[in-house]
Amino acid sequence: MMGGAGPLLQRLDELVRPSVTLAVDGQVVTALEGDTVLTAVLLHGAALRQSEFGDGPRAGFCLMGACQDCWVWTEQGTRLRACSTPVTAGLRIVTREVPWPRLG
Amino acid sequence: MAAPRVIVVGAGPAGTRAAEVLVAAGLRPVVIDEAADNGGQIYRRQPAGFRRRAEELYGTEAGRARAVHGAFSALRGRIEHWPQSLAWQLRDGTLQVERGGRAHRLDFDRIILATGATDRLLPIPGWTVPGTFSLGAAQIALKAQACAIGRRVIFLGSGPLLYLVAAQYVKAGAQVAAVLDTAPAAARRAALPLMAVRPSLLIKGAALLWRLKRAGVPVHHGVAPLRIEGDSRVSGLVFRDAAGREQRLEGDAVGMGWHLRAESQLADLAGCTFAFDEVSRQWLPRIDADGRSSVDGVYLAGDGVRLAGADAAELGGKLAARAVLQDLGLPPPAGIDAEQLRRSLARMERFRQGLAVAFPWPGDIIAKLSDDTLVCRCEAITAGTLRRSATALEAPEMNRAKAFTRVGMGRCQGRFCGIAGAEILAAARGEPMQAAGRIRSAAPVKPLAVAIEVETP
Repeated sequence: MMGGAGPLLQRLDELVRPSVTLAVDGQVVTALEGDTVLTAVLLHGAALRQSEFGDGPRAGFCLMGACQDCWVWTEQGTRLRACSTPVTAGLRIVTREVPWPRLG
Repeated sequence: MAAPRVIVVGAGPAGTRAAEVLVAAGLRPVVIDEAADNGGQIYRRQPAGFRRRAEELYGTEAGRARAVHGAFSALRGRIEHWPQSLAWQLRDGTLQVERGGRAHRLDFDRIILATGATDRLLPIPGWTVPGTFSLGAAQIALKAQACAIGRRVIFLGSGPLLYLVAAQYVKAGAQVAAVLDTAPAAARRAALPLMAVRPSLLIKGAALLWRLKRAGVPVHHGVAPLRIEGDSRVSGLVFRDAAGREQRLEGDAVGMGWHLRAESQLADLAGCTFAFDEVSRQWLPRIDADGRSSVDGVYLAGDGVRLAGADAAELGGKLAARAVLQDLGLPPPAGIDAEQLRRSLARMERFRQGLAVAFPWPGDIIAKLSDDTLVCRCEAITAGTLRRSATALEAPEMNRAKAFTRVGMGRCQGRFCGIAGAEILAAARGEPMQAAGRIRSAAPVKPLAVAIEVETP
């Protein structure tokens, strides 16, 4: 999932906060309380998801809930906007959509 | 008789001031906002547990931010605050809202839409490569997450936010590779007579430039961006400078934006009349001097309609709420001098015109984008596809082009490709941009889960 070498974002301040662990595509990621899912993921790697149209990885764009380019899913299949979802302890997300159940 | 039900959508500067006036008149408005906390984007609050002072977050605007936050806090218990709630459809006196996975139908007597704006973007080759963010996003990363979008950041675009965000990055200790402004240096001189109506803002602007200069950040005026380089992440940006030379900058992030684009979808769904605004080169809902739209009961305030900035938004919010009270036959609110507010807004409008002259929207750059440039990020539609819809398929305007190509049909609903798309379509047809129209809004204005529970009354 996390493309490129090294993180995309850089922390500049607010380093003293309790840590929170979450799982991203099964890997344990440590974040700080108050981080969004987008921040947590992009402090470890350089991508949030792959474009459905094969034009490469994406890592969000507007950070204000308008562009919808930062979708991730919980392991149960609930869609989250990574830029506006705060991390919570034990959150388990995947960066590819969970296949929909076949009906009938 | 039951008290009239008034809804305010948006808890930024416009929505906060509107709600304040309504509460002072004895009403209990419903205030709906997508964020967990009030402030809007401009005065967005940092999460609980963050400790930076308002001066660090909002700079010279710290006093205003504190005042707006304080005003909203004072309304608690006297408004019905719906945070983390999405108003997604507005028709015939009913607002549809999703809150916590539940659907709500809210009937209203009057509604004030203070829905704000996003960055206005133009596409350039490579703008989907990770590490490329909007200017607003670069600022939110800093303000709300205390993060920079990269180790060495290139800022590209035009308008006051370009310089503000770059200066904020410098102040926060981030490395800024350069500021690339598509506006030629001469444009700022031409705009001075208009911008002189707000000398304090000119001084603030000069201070930002001084901070960038002192930090040794190169500022280029009159550039044409050519491409963002990198496969899985940004490695640099190539541009043509004002002298026509091609230059390459090293950097691992790009923050880009050209002023603002109004969030006007709910006004559109309500049936409000729009007009093409020559100043901002975009379609905006039409309002009277106080914010009344063409639809009875629907009022507009802030950057969702005027694009004149946060302080103008506060004044517009007050005026819209005052108009609501007047139209309901209630006594005028105490302490509001409508004539003075209108005069102040007129002055701010003049400044906005000056900004548009100083930092013009580079429609010519968009018209010349190469055919393989991705215009629509959501559906990966290229400029070439859009041009072919204009020439081979004879799409006369954006809605037809959308049907032919899926441009603007994706999950952002044209927020980030609609304006540039209209430029490309119009240029391909040899017409002015406004001839390409605007993408009609569709409900829901943002994606909803397929399964939301319906609240039964």
